[in-house]
Amino acid sequence: MENLLKQTCLHDLHVELGAKMSPFGGYDMPIQYSGIIDEHNAVRHAAGVFDVSHMGEIFISGPDAERFVSHIFTNDIREMEPGKILYGMMLYPDGGTVDDLLVYRESEPQHYLLVVNAANIDKDYTWMQEQAAGFDVRIDNQSDAWGQIAVQGPASEKAVCTLLGFPEAASLTFYTFLDTEREGRRVIVSRTGYTGEDGFEIYAEPEQIRAWWRTLIAAGIKPCGLGCRDTLRFEAGLPLYGDELTAEISPVMAGLSMFCKLDKPEFIGKEALAAQKADGVARKLVGIELADKAVPRAGYPVELEDGTEVGVVTTGYHSISLEKSLCFALVDSAYAALGTPLWIRIRKRTFAGTVVKKRFYQTNYKK
Amino acid sequence: MSKIAEGLLYSESHEWVKVDGNVAIVGVSDFAQAEMGDITYVDMPDLDDELSAGDDFGALESVKTSSELIAPVSGKVIARNDELEDKPELINEDAYAAWIIKVEMSDTSELDTLLNAAAYAEVAK
Repeated sequence: MENLLKQTCLHDLHVELGAKMSPFGGYDMPIQYSGIIDEHNAVRHAAGVFDVSHMGEIFISGPDAERFVSHIFTNDIREMEPGKILYGMMLYPDGGTVDDLLVYRESEPQHYLLVVNAANIDKDYTWMQEQAAGFDVRIDNQSDAWGQIAVQGPASEKAVCTLLGFPEAASLTFYTFLDTEREGRRVIVSRTGYTGEDGFEIYAEPEQIRAWWRTLIAAGIKPCGLGCRDTLRFEAGLPLYGDELTAEISPVMAGLSMFCKLDKPEFIGKEALAAQKADGVARKLVGIELADKAVPRAGYPVELEDGTEVGVVTTGYHSISLEKSLCFALVDSAYAALGTPLWIRIRKRTFAGTVVKKRFYQTNYKK
Repeated sequence: MSKIAEGLLYSESHEWVKVDGNVAIVGVSDFAQAEMGDITYVDMPDLDDELSAGDDFGALESVKTSSELIAPVSGKVIARNDELEDKPELINEDAYAAWIIKVEMSDTSELDTLLNAAAYAEVAK
């Protein structure tokens, strides 16, 4: 199986740094270097750099690009100015989620960059092509041509401005980007991330990404793996496709309705979401805080005190920053209200918990 | 390369046993702690619990995974290392100093089923 795994442009540098490698989204990716806790804390208190070259870059252009992206995307791109980014989902007609993604509005009219999850690149690309009948658009999957690093943490602005030489990045606000060039090759610097901290995601061709990775590591920016990427995004209340969003979990169930604009004239899945909002959904995603240190893991049952099963854990950790056992769980809507007592079965025992807000950690974005 | 302490007995599920008369002191090997990464929680049995060899008696939790602890011998739990409640990282720091439980063995012949250091070295690779 292993020889079917893809490698990012930084793969040999991870091995050189002694990273623990593991398959993720079809790629052989670094899970950790110095340790998940150490890397997690570096991002919360200083800065860390992640290889996110596995993410997919799909460019949409053509006379109908705006109308097409609006058709397949839940958020409202119609008033977007160049240099802005929006988060949202692509949905199936029944409201299930194809993927969650970022849409970048490029400076040229009718040009968009869609950044999608690694594991979904082929599925998304096929999905987009299937939906494009009747639209005059070009759908260009450039995922293999781009490398990407994420520099995250309170010291990330200084690192990007001085170490990488983008002083203009300081004026970027959250969810905006800079479209520029280095040695004649295109570079995108966006103030985005998946950690709950201030940070940047930088897209460029592979050789440039390798050079910047080396520069950042040499300057003492901590290399960070997917292990802490998951603990960081979890604390910040951010979903992971496959766990909190799936073909069976709609954004309404996941509590992400704010990224689905039902006042848009149309988008795929709109009617289903409108019905879910009007009629209610059977299950909702909640946060649960446990009183004990035992760790809830994906798949563990959520129960009432009498043992009745009412849900399942989707992601759980003993939170590194908050030092509490926390999880996301999909539970029957009757038990989704804040403050509801729920129990989680962990091996042979059950542990008492309470429904809390999913954003466990106070995020620090540059607004 | 993980350390394997001489003079201890080992299970294939990576617990170590130090024999003190009819008492087995039980921990996990350096190989196991290295595989787990940062240990954040140790789920321990209660005092006086009766364990059967091969049954799980608790678990280690790291940031990323859980791993069940398997009783290498049968008997009664007569002590637990409560220091691990607040400092589970002691297992990462020195897996052979950070014992987890002490068991009053009901059948010391079960020790014969365990591995010596040399045999365990073949398992922990």
